[in-house]
Amino acid sequence: MCGIVGLFLKDKSLEPRLGALLSEMLISMTDRGPDSAGIAIYDSGAAGRGKITIQSSAPKADFEGLEAELGKKIEAKVSLTVKSTHAVLDVPSDKLEEARAAINELRPNVRLMGAGEAIEIYKEVGLPAEVVKRFDLTGMSGSHGIGHTRMATESAVTTLGAHPFSTGPDQCLVHNGSLSNHNNLRRELIRDGMRFETENDTEVAAAYLSSKIAHGQNLGQALQSSLDDLDGFFTFVVGTKNGFGVVRDPIACKPAVMAETDQYVAFGSEYRALANLPGIDGAKVWEPEPSTVYFWEH
Amino acid sequence: MNISNVAAAPAREMEFARHVFDLAEQSLRELNQALHGLARGSNETSWEVLNPKGSHSVAVGVDQPVAVDVRGSVGYYCGGMNAGGTITVHGSAGPGVGENMMSGSIVVKGDASQYAGATGRGGLLVIEGNASSRCGISMKGIDIVVRGNIGHMSAFMAQSGNLVVLGDAGDALGDSIYEARLFVRGKVKSLGADCIKKEMRPEHIALLQDLLDRAGIRDAKPEEFTRYGSARKLYNFNIDNADAY
Repeated sequence: MCGIVGLFLKDKSLEPRLGALLSEMLISMTDRGPDSAGIAIYDSGAAGRGKITIQSSAPKADFEGLEAELGKKIEAKVSLTVKSTHAVLDVPSDKLEEARAAINELRPNVRLMGAGEAIEIYKEVGLPAEVVKRFDLTGMSGSHGIGHTRMATESAVTTLGAHPFSTGPDQCLVHNGSLSNHNNLRRELIRDGMRFETENDTEVAAAYLSSKIAHGQNLGQALQSSLDDLDGFFTFVVGTKNGFGVVRDPIACKPAVMAETDQYVAFGSEYRALANLPGIDGAKVWEPEPSTVYFWEH
Repeated sequence: MNISNVAAAPAREMEFARHVFDLAEQSLRELNQALHGLARGSNETSWEVLNPKGSHSVAVGVDQPVAVDVRGSVGYYCGGMNAGGTITVHGSAGPGVGENMMSGSIVVKGDASQYAGATGRGGLLVIEGNASSRCGISMKGIDIVVRGNIGHMSAFMAQSGNLVVLGDAGDALGDSIYEARLFVRGKVKSLGADCIKKEMRPEHIALLQDLLDRAGIRDAKPEEFTRYGSARKLYNFNIDNADAY
């Protein structure tokens, strides 16, 4: 099964409430995905600064002293905010790549969740309400975000098997469905130089989009190509620095409903996820068409 | 039964209050249990459901001739297996509204998601907005009237009953259809395997007029519709296709 939610704010006055609204949407999708949950939230920091979200199974040991060590290594001001098993490193945006490589060297066991100028990704196993509490998601502000509740079908219930998956700088993907050609596609992508950490089908979709983008497509084109190259069932929601996109496979059996008002565009696997949003009674509510790429940007 | 005797029966003197169920305060299980607990011939025939907020399985399995008004949008399977109830959703419905309905009626004032009326065996399902994919899939006698458009793969393997669409139909309408009748006023994006356009004979005009009347639709004429149905080429195995297997 799995549940997906997404919220893209048009009205800046709602930004301080983004985490709270998205958390409630996520928790409403608990019975679609009780084994893990994750959220990607976009909040542009100071100009010229970037963020790297990392995760560790031994956070105390791994995060201790990292701030100073990384700062020294990349010769820049670095700050680190720890949230449970995750930490967000604030670095100069022109040193994002350098910092990623340095983290890999300094802490080989730390996993990179996502990086960019605005994105932070948090995901863990456990009930969505527990994940929300663990990372204090209700207190977060931002311009838009996407979330996922997982009921695993294709691979193990692990932190790395949870969604969202990073697809590139400030980009991520969540998925409801199951891909049937992911093993073959993974082999092709490995030949193309992509690296994989799990046996998960969605990681393949994420790597597929990253690969297409690396070969010069924009995200919209990459999503369009996915309709030809990915076999199976999928409703994808992707997050970008400025917005979010939605695409459903041609059969479109995985549910999806959207709502739009002057204040926001929202996505839910079910209407339940949207039912408590402000002004929902007056919203335009519709089901996205199959094989159609939708996009909203600031 | 002599209808005139029923009409002449004395009106019951006691007025029964409308039952109002607020799903913000009472559980869905309590609502459905109360509906299932109604005895045959019960006078508690008027029900109202508040704050459904996308709940699943609202008023599933109603088996008495009661009216249920749902104020808001519902999730999966609203009114499923309905036998004799009159259910009105004053909002939109999630997947599988009226799935396997036996008799009675369901009216959705907004849109319906996928597989509305799937496997329905009887009764009338009216969707005043649009219905998405697989509307009437495997229908077995239900009548479905959609004021707006329907999505792809609608009436897939439809066996009997009638599907009436005032708007357009998506891809692969009536794929592998048996004996259900499809009436579409707008465009059909594509027909599925073994589904063909058919002539509108006087009996179809009369049938369609009756369906439109029962659905409360007065701004459409039966003559504006095209009928689609089975070419009956998939009924029997064609030996010339043996090589394909």
